[in-house]
Amino acid sequence: MSSGKLTFDYLESKILQLKLSGDWQLSAGLPSADEVLAQLDSHAGITGVSFVASQDFKWDSAFISFLFKLRSISKERNIRFTVLGLPPQIEKLLKLSPAQAEKIIPHKTVEEPFLDSIGSRVIGVKNTTLSVLSFLGDIVLAFKRFICGKAFFRKDDFLSIVQRCGADALGLVSLISILVGMILAFIGAIQLKMFGAQIYIADIVGIAMVRVMGAIMTAILMSGRTGASFAAELGIMQANEEIDALKTLGVSPAEFLIMPRVLALVIMMPLLTIYANLMGIAGGFIISTGVLGLNPVEYFNHTITAVKLNNLWLGLIQGFVFGIIIAVSGCYRGMQCERSSTGIGEATTSAVVTAITAIVIATAIITFVCQIIGV
Amino acid sequence: METVIEVKNLDLVYGDFLVMRGLNFNVKKGEIFVIMGGSGCGKSTLLKTMIGLNPPQKGKILYSGLSFWDEDEQARQDIMRRFGVLYQGGALWSSLTLGENVALPLQLYSSLSALQIQDVVLLKLGLVGLGGYADFYPAELSGGMRKRAGLARAIALDPDVIFFDEPSAGLDPLSAKMLDDLILELRDDLGATIVVVTHELASIFTVGDDAMLLDADTKTAIAQGAPKDLLANSKDPRVVKFLTRGEKQGAGK
Repeated sequence: MSSGKLTFDYLESKILQLKLSGDWQLSAGLPSADEVLAQLDSHAGITGVSFVASQDFKWDSAFISFLFKLRSISKERNIRFTVLGLPPQIEKLLKLSPAQAEKIIPHKTVEEPFLDSIGSRVIGVKNTTLSVLSFLGDIVLAFKRFICGKAFFRKDDFLSIVQRCGADALGLVSLISILVGMILAFIGAIQLKMFGAQIYIADIVGIAMVRVMGAIMTAILMSGRTGASFAAELGIMQANEEIDALKTLGVSPAEFLIMPRVLALVIMMPLLTIYANLMGIAGGFIISTGVLGLNPVEYFNHTITAVKLNNLWLGLIQGFVFGIIIAVSGCYRGMQCERSSTGIGEATTSAVVTAITAIVIATAIITFVCQIIGV
Repeated sequence: METVIEVKNLDLVYGDFLVMRGLNFNVKKGEIFVIMGGSGCGKSTLLKTMIGLNPPQKGKILYSGLSFWDEDEQARQDIMRRFGVLYQGGALWSSLTLGENVALPLQLYSSLSALQIQDVVLLKLGLVGLGGYADFYPAELSGGMRKRAGLARAIALDPDVIFFDEPSAGLDPLSAKMLDDLILELRDDLGATIVVVTHELASIFTVGDDAMLLDADTKTAIAQGAPKDLLANSKDPRVVKFLTRGEKQGAGK
């Protein structure tokens, strides 16, 4: 409720005069036009509304909102509405009435007919496919120029990316891989204990880590860590027009920005996978020998016997493929980023989601192929 | 005077929307040509088309007689090497120091030795008043300094044409004046042809030899001429309104 006071007077029985005093401000609550409406209803023949303000009358936009309402009521009832008795600024503010502003309908709110929306989606899928293919083509051309020794990129930048993708990720990869190895050992122990075959924990941990878990866990970590970072870096460069500046200089962003990132990750992912394998096996070893009481030498020998070279190669190939997937998704989403802070957030999120989805699909395909060829 | 840029019947789109249609204008050698208009009228879209980032929907842009968008990729790259562009926020590569930013075009397109490049970098940075800042990263500078550093990079290869996208945007009056003075120096001392996209009246009247006013409602250029002549002689209320910030005749229309 407003603490402003409102009294009424009638001039020549035709003009309703509103006498205003006190506080008509937002802090005191929005005034209501109902009292005025009641006066207009109870007195037929009113042809105008006018105002008189006392010395202690205080107002702000709350009062303007009250006037908008009164003006609208007056218009409906064909009553003359005048604010001559009020401070002159009020007349100016009334001209900003929201009712007078022409409503602009944003293009995006127009709803498409059903068939149009299907068509738009199909065209969207086609455009995205073409855009991805064009992006991959640019990367292939950049690598071709790199192999021919003609690619233009900064070696310092490349080394810095290698450092960030590789050495800087060791801590996180160690922690997660050791824990995964420990979990595998515990799960294996529960089942194998029933048969008195606990020593085969070494086989389970070794084969699982080297064949698939090492590569997958490293890939998931790297897509959240490095893939997102690539997308954010390139997205910010897009927003700051740094990529436009490269293009106008005749420098290919695929060569200068993307190729070093893809190369760095493709080199580092298999190495990180080997490291994750070792850490995972170490995790299993700690649990098996420290908690489950297995003989360390026997555990070590079992691991050596169980893990075949083809398992190791398979893990490394997966690491290599995942490296390409993470780098390409991160860079693609970054390059497609809209020039806004929301765009950068979306680019980062979609880089991670795209990479993880593609990693799972790639793992399924590789596993299926290995099953067929008997690896 | 020799014509450096000819724009013929140019139609521009932003996404799916037609932004500007039927643009025709010439930029002469050694002049400062200002593309002016209100926010959102298509100035920056026109600039991006002129510097080769957005293809036009229709029409031609000729640089010394060569139709930019009709040429093959290699020829377009060759034409682009004659440009320098100062982007709205400077667009400095954030992972490089100012010196490395200015040096990069020289490493790419000149046969200078590393030491010679270093000298040229210091010269260009000195020209924009940032002689001692070669080892600073963009993030360590103020907005005005970043723009000046962007200008040093834009002029690294002594381009024939320099494009400025909203050079005074976001700058305090003194920094904006300093940048305007730099634009005049580049024209007078280096003989560069300059295209400036702006809506800042102070800059328009200070640097503009010739100008064109774009109108978002009609999607066309509604006036062309020297800014001072347009102010003195134009009878189009939209032109007068723009050039007087709505304070003179035509403001209410």
